[in-house]
Amino acid sequence: MSNKNIIELRNVAKHYEMGENLVKALDCVNIVIEKGDFVAIMGPSGSGKSTGMNLIGSLDLATEGEIYLENEDIENLTESELAQLRGKKIGFIFQQFNLVPNLTALENVALPMLFQGEDEEDRLRKAEELLAIVELKDRKEHYPNQLSGGQQQRVAIARALANDPEVILADEPTGNLDTKSGEKIMVFLGELNKKGKTIIMVTHDPDLAKEHARTIYSIRDGKVESVERKVKNKWAKIKQNTCRRG
Amino acid sequence: MIKDYFKLATKNLKKRKLQSWLTLLGILISIATIFMLISLSLGLENAVQEQFRSLGTDKFFIFAKGSMESGGIGSNTAAVQLTLNDINTIEKVQGVKQVTYMNTGNGKIEFNKKIRYAIVIGIPLDNAEIFKAMSETSSFKIDQGRLFKETDKKKIMIGSKYAEENTFGKKVGIKDKLLINGEEFEVVGILQSVGNPSDDQNIYMSFSDFKLIYNSGERVDQVIVQVNPNENLSDVAKKVEKKLRSARGVTEKTQDFEILTPEELLQSVNSILSIITGFLLSVAAISLIVGSIGIANTMYTSVLERTREIGVMKAIGAKNLDVMFIFLIESGLLGLLGGILGVVVGLAIGKVIEVIAVQQLGTTLLRIGTPWYLFVGCLVFSFIVGVLSGLIPAWQASKTKVVDALRYE
Repeated sequence: MSNKNIIELRNVAKHYEMGENLVKALDCVNIVIEKGDFVAIMGPSGSGKSTGMNLIGSLDLATEGEIYLENEDIENLTESELAQLRGKKIGFIFQQFNLVPNLTALENVALPMLFQGEDEEDRLRKAEELLAIVELKDRKEHYPNQLSGGQQQRVAIARALANDPEVILADEPTGNLDTKSGEKIMVFLGELNKKGKTIIMVTHDPDLAKEHARTIYSIRDGKVESVERKVKNKWAKIKQNTCRRG
Repeated sequence: MIKDYFKLATKNLKKRKLQSWLTLLGILISIATIFMLISLSLGLENAVQEQFRSLGTDKFFIFAKGSMESGGIGSNTAAVQLTLNDINTIEKVQGVKQVTYMNTGNGKIEFNKKIRYAIVIGIPLDNAEIFKAMSETSSFKIDQGRLFKETDKKKIMIGSKYAEENTFGKKVGIKDKLLINGEEFEVVGILQSVGNPSDDQNIYMSFSDFKLIYNSGERVDQVIVQVNPNENLSDVAKKVEKKLRSARGVTEKTQDFEILTPEELLQSVNSILSIITGFLLSVAAISLIVGSIGIANTMYTSVLERTREIGVMKAIGAKNLDVMFIFLIESGLLGLLGGILGVVVGLAIGKVIEVIAVQQLGTTLLRIGTPWYLFVGCLVFSFIVGVLSGLIPAWQASKTKVVDALRYE
């Protein structure tokens, strides 16, 4: 276990029961995410990439195997401890933006800090700074339904940055946006990566992945099909850890 | 933290205006009812207490046993009777300042060729002191004419209702003649209203006239004993009780008369009052249950509608308890808001009842009482009802699985 890894999935499986059938959404997967990397998780729908994202984002716990978030095994954490931890360490960006409709842009950005117990003055000040970063300072009093999709997603980026997390986890961040807005979002993510944030992006678009990411995990049928890494602008397959059943 | 939850909850309620208002209505109605009932009963209690205070704290009452239960005061059918003899006994007890008494009967009153029935009260006029005490206890205040004189014969004083046109189709005035049970009486005085419509229809005559037309002999219906200023009322009452027992030849067990002190009277009136209030409140409580089901229903809908939002909040770090609090405070605020409006509406309805009671019925008994603790109590109560109604929906919200909630459409 090296310190440069921020998230590690070791021999992880996730099974669901659907009626009498056992669905193996993920079946023995190893994923290692290094600090500061820009990782794309790719795969067609139904491949298990969403399940993978949930596990990477510690939104869900594995059926088998271990998950480490900054070298901490999250398996034995309670639901609330997990919530606190991911609130601090991971910023989420969703395809559907998922802003809270009854709150203004500013309040949405400040919300994750509320759950970490920061006082209101600090929250609003930081939220305003973050909105400035995504160039939406003038829209801070707007409600989500008064903002365009691209603007909503930028608010979501600001919200993801609220607790200054190490990792930004973006699930199809451009999936609901037109090309231009999507590009702008990707520019912001790229800049965040340059500033040292680890970016994990789930996408089904290989071009987008190749353009922005440096490591690509391809998932198919619940297994990691390949891992590629960009070295000196060339993509090379790297050897995966083989799955070891405990 | 809690303050922030309140802010979040207020925002949510504002956004769901119509639904919030409809939900409020249920709580509003029940809190309004509860507020009104309690405030009217408190007012009634105050009014009763005031009336007793105006009676004075130096007097107590004696009745023949059974006269209170059967047929009310002055019922001729009461098996046991107090007599003028007993008055003599009581007068001799140490500590008694003076004793007065009265008889009551139903009278057939004729005037202007119309017949009405009213309560006729006979009071002794033979002793100026006694009559003074009498007029104090009955709070006689003359509106027209004069009070009785010791020498008055076949004269009456009448309640304020007779000075109104609608009682006999014509106002009764001083020197008018009324037929009471066939005998002619002359009006010498018309009393001021005492605020109670039935008492304002009473007719007063001398004890000897009463004896004559009701053939009541030595019977005395009600005895009023005034004690000396520095005497303890209940001590004197006990002494009187003892003396009267031996004079009437009864023991504690066979005692055939009752002594009522103002405190006892007040207690029994209050206990009747609280039984009535309690009953009405339990009816109101049912409407409160319906109201709280309304809140629970709204909260359930809200939790379902906002499943995705709950998922997002949890994803960005909300603990189960955070989610639970947000929803609990929201439902508590719904309750509180309903409570505030309910108190306002209840106060308004209570005031209207008070105005109607004073103007139309002429009674000052139906006044609303509005102590601060009634307001605070109603508001705290409605908030708690709101919180309790939201308990299960909020718990359900807090248990929502993040992954499922984020997928929820």
